[in-house]
Amino acid sequence: MLKNEIDGEAYRRMLNIRGFEQAITRLIKEGEVAGACHSSIGQEAAIVGACMALRNDDYMSGTHRSHGHPIGKGAELKPLMAEILGKATGVCKGRGGSMHLTDAKVGSIGESAIVGGGIPLATGAALSAQVRGTDQVALSFFGDGAVNEGAFHESLNMAAIWKLPVIFFCENNGYAAVTSAVSTHGQPVIARRADGYGMPGITVDGQNFDAVYAATKEAVARARRGDGPTLIEAKTYRFDEHCVGLFINGNYRPKEEIERFKKEGDPIVLFKAALLARGYTESDLAEIEAQAKRAVSDAVAFAKDSPFPEPKEAFDFVYGSPITSTSQRAAR
Amino acid sequence: MSATKSITYLDALGLAQREEMERDASVIIIGEDISLYAAGGAYGNVDSKRIRSAPISENGFAGMAVGAAMTGLRPIVDLTIASFVYLASDPIINQAAKVRYMTGGQFKVPVTFRASMRHNQANAAQHSDRPYPMFMNIPGLKIVTPATPSDAKGLLKAAIRDDSPVLVFEDNDLWAVKEEVPIDPDFIVPLGKAAIRREGNDVTIVSVAGCLKPSLDAAAALAKDGINAEVVDLRTLVPMDTDAILNSLGKTGRIVIADYAHRTCGAAAEIAAIVAEEGFDLLKKAVRRVTTPDVQIPFSPPLEAPLYPSSATIAAAARSLM
Repeated sequence: MLKNEIDGEAYRRMLNIRGFEQAITRLIKEGEVAGACHSSIGQEAAIVGACMALRNDDYMSGTHRSHGHPIGKGAELKPLMAEILGKATGVCKGRGGSMHLTDAKVGSIGESAIVGGGIPLATGAALSAQVRGTDQVALSFFGDGAVNEGAFHESLNMAAIWKLPVIFFCENNGYAAVTSAVSTHGQPVIARRADGYGMPGITVDGQNFDAVYAATKEAVARARRGDGPTLIEAKTYRFDEHCVGLFINGNYRPKEEIERFKKEGDPIVLFKAALLARGYTESDLAEIEAQAKRAVSDAVAFAKDSPFPEPKEAFDFVYGSPITSTSQRAAR
Repeated sequence: MSATKSITYLDALGLAQREEMERDASVIIIGEDISLYAAGGAYGNVDSKRIRSAPISENGFAGMAVGAAMTGLRPIVDLTIASFVYLASDPIINQAAKVRYMTGGQFKVPVTFRASMRHNQANAAQHSDRPYPMFMNIPGLKIVTPATPSDAKGLLKAAIRDDSPVLVFEDNDLWAVKEEVPIDPDFIVPLGKAAIRREGNDVTIVSVAGCLKPSLDAAAALAKDGINAEVVDLRTLVPMDTDAILNSLGKTGRIVIADYAHRTCGAAAEIAAIVAEEGFDLLKKAVRRVTTPDVQIPFSPPLEAPLYPSSATIAAAARSLM
């Protein structure tokens, strides 16, 4: 057993994300997955480092690349995988899919496929916590592309003036789809944008779990104390294409760069080395590795065995207080 | 009858807001220039944390209201002029309307978006929009268009208490209109129920939003010619009270739809389509729409005024069916 619960759980969640994404890549090849999937492989330390600094009842918003976020916050894998396959047992009952893998049970308030769309939502959840007088915080995950949206600017400004308990967490993987951050940012150090809003900004090595965890923990403590928001920029790297299976005709990122990150910057390899250096044994870690492998294969089996929703159920959840419109009547 | 008080449409909206903020601690208000009214006690004696005078960031604070609604609050978002709704349309359409559905019902989104519409006030094209038809095209949103002070109070209160996102499109030129309004703090006008404002057997006039007054004036003029018009005030556009429209059509066999909004794909177009599909056998004559033509709203008053439906054009449309 690991001596430190955080270490063991962090390692497990990182492995769960890696295994979950690898399983999805296989399922896509097997033709089991409809629609697009955006893999988090390479970004596990940034995701888990941030999530481990949160409580279960803290809020979190995600992005189109968000399989990792609910897993990082401790969600059960089975309903997530079933959602990816569009099954009735999916966490969103087949209404959301890969880009909206929301699990409210772990504080997730939605993954927005509109770039930057989750930032005001998390800021609003922080406002809600402040108004209700709880000590919850909200953390918004977004990419380097999202910081060029107006929603980013407006949210950071309002969070700062009202000292909202929110952490703006940028996973800067260097590319917004196939456009480099270097070519789209007047100020390439994203953390420095924090100055413009009067909040602290910090850049961390997003491939290093310990660095991300420490930085986020400090930002969370600050938010919980009532001292307001923090912008964290985690420098990370996406190992796969923007979208699994996407064929990009053109070299928008150098092959050597990809190879270098895979060889020297794999967050799981780096974290494992850190754990071994800290005195954990190979067999300590092998146990967690085996459990993660089993959790993923159990999730795949559960998802495959689950039924699809009935077509008539497409009309559920349209309104909070239900109505039936004329066009819905006509469709039925 | 319960007790009433003579107040304006604008005061009725303010009263609805104040009553709901005092009744329910989860109701907050967010919007521009809110602090000015808060100082005057417009929102009652409530914690100032619940009154958020925001920077000019419609996209941001509308999205924040959605996040707050998902996590236990009932925000009222005051977007002031309806043309500004476009700046907030991404969080309204992509988040508020879709979050409940996309999450398989894990969240409700009880948020109210208020916006006021102007017409015939020389505000030119960027302050004269009536955006409700665009939002009728978005599943997940409810839309109300109060045309009287009592409805302004009752519909806004119903919107705040509803568990879905509701857009309240108010008619600015009705702000000063006074009537006896119920003072009962639990007075509610249920969403999705039309009101028959005048009974008649010869022709149905369906009135959308602020077109109620010219519709009633048209009916009065028609009565002088022995034509009895029935005036149906829709009050809510989503969910639409199609039964009220079809029941009236069953009596009259003739229908005119009056709406200040632009013509193409408008509320009137949707009503006409419903009538054609579900009420075809009831029709003695073709459906008539009286709307604003597809023209940007001009500044100069002599250019602006003739574009809108009036009691004269509504009455003329009705006469053409007799």
